[in-house]
Amino acid sequence: MATPELKLGHLSGETEDPPTGPAQGEITIALVQGEPVTQLPRDLYIPPQALEVFLEAFEGPLDLLLYLIRRQNLDILDIPLAEITKQYMNYIELMRELQLELAGEYMLMAATLAELKSRMLLPRSGDIVVDEVDPRANLVRRLQEYERFKQAAEGIDRLPRQERDTWAASAASEIRRPLSTIPQVALKEMILTFREVVSRAAMFQHHYVQRERLSVRARMADVLSAIEGGVFVNFKMLFKAEEGRMGVTVTFVAILELMREGLIEIVQTEAYGPLHVRAGQRPYLRLVEGEIGDFSTVGVSMAEVSTEKGS
Amino acid sequence: MSDHYVRNVIEASLLAADKPLSLNEIAELFHEDGCPEKGRLLWTLESLALEYEDRGIELRETASGWRIQIRQSYAREVSRLWPERPQKYSRALLETLALIAYRQPITRAEIESVRGVAVNPNIVKTLMEREWIRVVGHRDVPGHPELLGTTRSFLDYFGLRNIDELPPLAEIKQMVDLNPQLTLPVVDATDPDAVVVAVEASGGDGQT
Repeated sequence: MATPELKLGHLSGETEDPPTGPAQGEITIALVQGEPVTQLPRDLYIPPQALEVFLEAFEGPLDLLLYLIRRQNLDILDIPLAEITKQYMNYIELMRELQLELAGEYMLMAATLAELKSRMLLPRSGDIVVDEVDPRANLVRRLQEYERFKQAAEGIDRLPRQERDTWAASAASEIRRPLSTIPQVALKEMILTFREVVSRAAMFQHHYVQRERLSVRARMADVLSAIEGGVFVNFKMLFKAEEGRMGVTVTFVAILELMREGLIEIVQTEAYGPLHVRAGQRPYLRLVEGEIGDFSTVGVSMAEVSTEKGS
Repeated sequence: MSDHYVRNVIEASLLAADKPLSLNEIAELFHEDGCPEKGRLLWTLESLALEYEDRGIELRETASGWRIQIRQSYAREVSRLWPERPQKYSRALLETLALIAYRQPITRAEIESVRGVAVNPNIVKTLMEREWIRVVGHRDVPGHPELLGTTRSFLDYFGLRNIDELPPLAEIKQMVDLNPQLTLPVVDATDPDAVVVAVEASGGDGQT
């Protein structure tokens, strides 16, 4: 993943001065067949997005600095600080012109560079010889450290990787009997089991008229899982006759609620033809607790009413 | 128990398992018939790997154990089975991952100090969701920042047996040959606090 090479011609100081340099004050922006060009052609058009993409490719100030150093084959241990600082500031200026939102880190680095530069300009005190440290040492260490991990990242990217360079081989096996793994319980299974419990409880309906536990919420999940994967399901198949009038009513209320939420669609291919249910076509999963909670109480009370009628 | 039988049991199980099998897991496959020696299993695995040498598949050992996988030299052709391109990871993500892999356990702040930019929380989230990294503890400093480390799935994914198999880090070159005109007293450059203070003080100038 090399940083794209792109010459930002109109920035000063980035192009080599030709032997016959331009007059003072003029800035060489490019060399065309050996001739220095000092003014941008009027019809030159650089789409602003191109620069933005280029500038956004930098992973921060260290990356940008490294790019400047490496592009010019400079020795990282002996950076011409004044030059690099100038170039860095040009990029920062450009980013600001393009109104890229500059992370604070870039400004901090600009300040660091300016500070180091000014310190390099200070006259060296002649008598101190021992333990002298180059003011650039800290910056160089950071650059080197960053470059190490930049390379390490490239190294990791080159490692043969599952799903890109290799795939686990497998063969179909008829036997599926895990040794001692704890089986995962899917919500769907819980709902299905719940439905069984409910339907079994329904058999005792005449004994326990009062405390039937069919909730619209569970039934909504039930219906949704029945139409999982975009399949069409016959409307009638969603109802379980053995659940009695109450179960049917709860299912119906659940379907109405799901329709209101846009989570399902009811389709009929011809007049008086069978109804089919499928998952709603807009992105959803907005099962808001409160809303359904309220509704389920209504549902239960309706169910209770119907049960009383039925018994 | 013939070598032939042991080899076929291992081969069949590796293909059926859908995950790498450790030597212990392989040994358990035989427990009713009297388990072969670990050494014999290893030997069988290695000879199986040899048998695959000129085939489209290979037997490799990764962190979690042994697995049969597609040989990398056929990746280009095999990948045409699936229309979607494999996911490409951003430089930011790979650099963050590299720091966690080579410098674990590491805090977010330490990652930031090397990369020079703030850690993108989405990157950490993605790495967590891929189960390549995990929180391995908390540093005993104010705020108790999380210490991040890589997981076994990370090693499996990149076909490594352990973290030492990562490509070696580049050497750091030392600044030995200094230009004497550029040298200054120690106190300015090595004391990070001094630098930070100075930087903050000169921040306004730096922008012009």
